[in-house]
Amino acid sequence: MSLDLVSEARRQVEICNACRYCEGYCAVFPAITRQRIFAEGDLTQLANLCHNCRGCFYACQYTEPHEFALNLPKALAELRHKSWKDHAWPRGFAHLFDKSGMAITAFLVVSISLLFWIAQSLRPDSGEGFYAYMSHGLMVAIFAPAFLLPLGALGLSLKGYWRSVGGGWLTFAALSDAMHAAAGMRNLAGGHGKGCNFEEEDRPSNARRWAHQATLFGFMLCFASTSAGTVLHYGFGLEAPYGFWSLPKLLGVPGGVLLCIGTAWLAYLKTQADPRLGAPNVWGGEMAFVLLLGAVSATGLALYAASGSGAVAWLLPIHLGTVLAFFLLTPYSKMAHGFYRMAALLADATKRGA
Amino acid sequence: MVASFSQEVKPMRSDPDILVVGGGNAALCAAITAREAGMRVLLLEGAPEPYRGGNSRHTRNFRCMHSGPQGVLTGAYGEDEYFDDLIKVTGGKTDEALARMTIRASQECYGWMEAHGVDFQPSLSGTLSLSRTNAFFLGGGKALVNAYYRMARDLGVEIAYEAEVAHLDHDGQRISAVEAVIGGETVRLTPQAVVVASGGFQADLDWLAEAWGPAARNFLIRGTPYNRGKVLKDLLDQGIESVGDPTQCHAVAIDGRAPKFDGGIVTRLDCVPFSVVVNNRGERFYDEGEDVWPKRYAIWGRLVAAQPDQVAYAVIDARSLELFMPSVFPPVQADTIEGLSQRLGLPGAAFKATVERFNAACREGDFHPTELDGLATEGLDPPKTNWARPIAEPPFYGYELRPGVTFTYLGLKVDSSAQVQGAEGPVENLWAAGEIMAGSILGQGYLAGFGMTIGTVFGRKAGEGAAAHVA
Repeated sequence: MSLDLVSEARRQVEICNACRYCEGYCAVFPAITRQRIFAEGDLTQLANLCHNCRGCFYACQYTEPHEFALNLPKALAELRHKSWKDHAWPRGFAHLFDKSGMAITAFLVVSISLLFWIAQSLRPDSGEGFYAYMSHGLMVAIFAPAFLLPLGALGLSLKGYWRSVGGGWLTFAALSDAMHAAAGMRNLAGGHGKGCNFEEEDRPSNARRWAHQATLFGFMLCFASTSAGTVLHYGFGLEAPYGFWSLPKLLGVPGGVLLCIGTAWLAYLKTQADPRLGAPNVWGGEMAFVLLLGAVSATGLALYAASGSGAVAWLLPIHLGTVLAFFLLTPYSKMAHGFYRMAALLADATKRGA
Repeated sequence: MVASFSQEVKPMRSDPDILVVGGGNAALCAAITAREAGMRVLLLEGAPEPYRGGNSRHTRNFRCMHSGPQGVLTGAYGEDEYFDDLIKVTGGKTDEALARMTIRASQECYGWMEAHGVDFQPSLSGTLSLSRTNAFFLGGGKALVNAYYRMARDLGVEIAYEAEVAHLDHDGQRISAVEAVIGGETVRLTPQAVVVASGGFQADLDWLAEAWGPAARNFLIRGTPYNRGKVLKDLLDQGIESVGDPTQCHAVAIDGRAPKFDGGIVTRLDCVPFSVVVNNRGERFYDEGEDVWPKRYAIWGRLVAAQPDQVAYAVIDARSLELFMPSVFPPVQADTIEGLSQRLGLPGAAFKATVERFNAACREGDFHPTELDGLATEGLDPPKTNWARPIAEPPFYGYELRPGVTFTYLGLKVDSSAQVQGAEGPVENLWAAGEIMAGSILGQGYLAGFGMTIGTVFGRKAGEGAAAHVA
């Protein structure tokens, strides 16, 4: 099966290399033209460089019913999924990718229940805001490893990825090029800037690009908010709860709102797009991931809105439970795409000599 | 001629003002233009939706006159240089007034195309020589066709797929009615004006065989299987004036393993200048290195068509494998000349002798793949006048070549407003655009991207003319 995904992607990429009409859409096609022979690592790199914008599919003169039966977005989506499994660390967790929907549900149930139990049984004697329900020390004890261990696992996966695709020496220019590509979602712009062909078939639209950037920047703001809180706590002895005009809230509230909008929008767009141009088997898992990320932001905002009320008692474990499930599953769910995508953009920049 | 409509013919509930026959670039340009002039337009595409767009699906650029850098076009490309390029490929078989009109009108097409949804991209890798003269469509011709269908739909053009026109009733002055089969049902339409843009007849192998003899059945058709020339034949049978040589088609040598129809761009093979080409008797028959490939590929279709069984084999050695664009099919490979001839099914002794004779005729000198290097054979007939390097370094590679037909030259005669000409002057309400009339300008040979230029210019003219007639 795995070998088939590779040979099918190779068959299609070789046809693309003889045609080259799609060169202007994204980074994948110029990368194809730099080669004639495609090893598995080369195809893995193309797969992770592909943002599934689908411009090439609708422009292709060789899609079914033509006997060449090209569907490059699907071939690369399936290979991309396979490559994440192949590089997963520890190996034993690779299968979680195939059951993302179930894994997310199971992790959510377990982690929310665990945090409910903690909030009930280990409730501190004193503390303000949510520290009244769970001590700072306990939160750090749970979330520091839950954040750092998955990141470490991802780091090992990416190292394997970099080796298999033959990424070159990292330069500042390559880093800058890749960051620009990600920040502007250059590869979802369609080459003409009108966007990708996702929710309205061959009609390009920037909806997915904007929804994705709302999600990405919303996530970054939330992350910055948490980091700001950590700095305030340890650096300045300023402990939560923070007021609205504090740095954590000024970053976190807009971040949470953006993340809510972005994920809801992405989920809606996903229901409108043709699943046959992606990896159909993992559609459910991808959707579950988007909804999980949405739940992280929505429960976070709800928790803030409920500050001071009794609802914190049950909103806190729910929010922290979603965050915990999200952290733990990062290396084995759709969240991994962000890391692999960044690695692919970097590898591409080094190969172009940027 | 008296109409011969079948019993089941039903009139449509409301006839369109303008009927556009065909669904490629020219047809869409006409439909959009007429609709923007306020007409009710019905477009009949003979192909099913996934194959809509005729040969335009397979195109990638259009040739555009411009006086300075414009969009993705570099430099300048003036009327006279453009016309000279046309004269070189047609050997003068063109209508100068029509050709110059088309060339001048091409300049303004660029903006019109962009305004109607077409996106351009810089010249593709391996085609830098065209960056000044040809504007490439982002995603190729199918992306252009998609953009025009979107635009047409948004504007309110009615579109029917699998809608084949069987007969246009020419009463001597005008087209009085049109019979079409739409979704299996025969209907009779009485539009006030008709634009025919339904292509040539290159997919009708019987018709090709009439002109070429039975050999034509071995030809591959590079483009759509839906260009069967039904409308063209129907109109010519009713006394419409024709242009173009009815026996000629534009054919190039393509990979012999290509599908019978619709193989498109990926079946092209650019290896001939670096190879030795033999027929199935193992004999060479033409100078492979006569000129750079873009100037020679078009004659190789006819050269191969003239060989036994319409097949030839291009053979290279290891040194030349990366000198040309890869074809979609991997070459046949062997470590010895004997092994290669066996795998290609060539007569071993004759092929070996040909290669040995060729190798012996090669001389020392500098080999420059990207320019005419004058590295010619000595005392060989036919000679190879450039890039003559011995076939010596294993592994050896072979590609089967067959003629691939791109388009036919026979068409309807039109005037500079795209109006179709009958025996007694213009047909009052009939216009033509695209391949069905391109023979007026392109009587022989081919100029890259000129087909799309003719389609765009005449499509717009036809749409304007038809709309003005109805208004």
